Amino acid sequence: MDQAKNFTKGFIRENPVFILMLGLCPALGTTTSAFNGMGMGFATMFVVLMSNIVVSLIKNFVPNKVRIPCYIVIIASFVTIVDLVMAGFMPALHEQLGLFIPLIVVNCFVLGRAEAFASKNTLLSSVIDGTGMGLGFTFALTLLGAAREILGSNAIFGLQFIEGDGMLVFILAPGAFIALGYLIALANKLNKQ
Amino acid sequence: MEYIVIVLSAILVNNIVLAQFLGLCPFFGVSSRISTAAGMGGAVLFVMTVAAIVTYLISHYILIPFDLIYLRTITYILVISSLVQMVEIILKKVSPPLYQALGIFLPLMTTNCAILGVAILVIQNEYTLMSGVVFAVAHSIGFTLALVILAGIREQLELVNVPEGMKGNPIILVAAGLLALAFMGFAGIV
Repeated sequence: MDQAKNFTKGFIRENPVFILMLGLCPALGTTTSAFNGMGMGFATMFVVLMSNIVVSLIKNFVPNKVRIPCYIVIIASFVTIVDLVMAGFMPALHEQLGLFIPLIVVNCFVLGRAEAFASKNTLLSSVIDGTGMGLGFTFALTLLGAAREILGSNAIFGLQFIEGDGMLVFILAPGAFIALGYLIALANKLNKQ
Repeated sequence: MEYIVIVLSAILVNNIVLAQFLGLCPFFGVSSRISTAAGMGGAVLFVMTVAAIVTYLISHYILIPFDLIYLRTITYILVISSLVQMVEIILKKVSPPLYQALGIFLPLMTTNCAILGVAILVIQNEYTLMSGVVFAVAHSIGFTLALVILAGIREQLELVNVPEGMKGNPIILVAAGLLALAFMGFAGIV
């Protein structure tokens, strides 16, 4: 496959959140602000990239029947690394993301890349795929976080641009569903053109 | 009294799907028919409760005494995936009709973040074993409730003329958002 296409597919064409509807739990649960969304996106990207590398390296040694448990253990190890590193160096962000850091393990998007791509492709393609899809996921989360922050608290990345409170509902749970619904409608329209 | 608070909070106020965003994949994936939604709810009730008990015991009798708490994520996910496998084998032997009814939902349970999420929350909230079980059962009832309501809405949505751009996933997400808004009305009760 053309490597440039392989890299860019994660942004719009095969965006994990907008098009494939994978990994929705962290996408909705952590995006109360653009910064939180970005933090979660990069944490997930690290796990996708590293697990893609390891899975594509061991793909010839793992018996087919036990491959899923193997992948899950690999992913869980990297999630533990991310969890401990974030708790040590970014305690504030770690506190904000809370439960969703250990839950990267069961993010179907991460396991999906390992199973659908890294287990069938070369190391280089898997690295490019992991980076591209990870950035696409980060892009989606940042966009959703920014949309919710702009509408909900009149701010972006913590910078207030209008005085006063925004539409609080977008910071709360219902706003997450509604904002994502409209963003998906927009992505569908862009994809059709 | 403590149990009543846990139950009301888990089902209505902090609904696992609509307020805590856990288990969204099955929430959108298997909510096209009320009957399948109810089947999924039953499977989740069973696995979530057993997983909460087993992970509680592992955490309190193995991980904490031996100071291995950093292995929590790896052990839990392994326990849950083997548990799902075991439940599948037992059900196949003991009750084939139920096994048939649950079908594909059972293996998918491994990557349902609601299961792992509840197992971790039970430990984080420092519940006793009994409260932990009540917590898990109440959360799975909340999950089933949200799933069945959304399935009902989606069955009606099929008959509605939706604008071109909103067809498919966007309109379902907006419907889920309005459902979450309705559940926020319970916020004051506990």
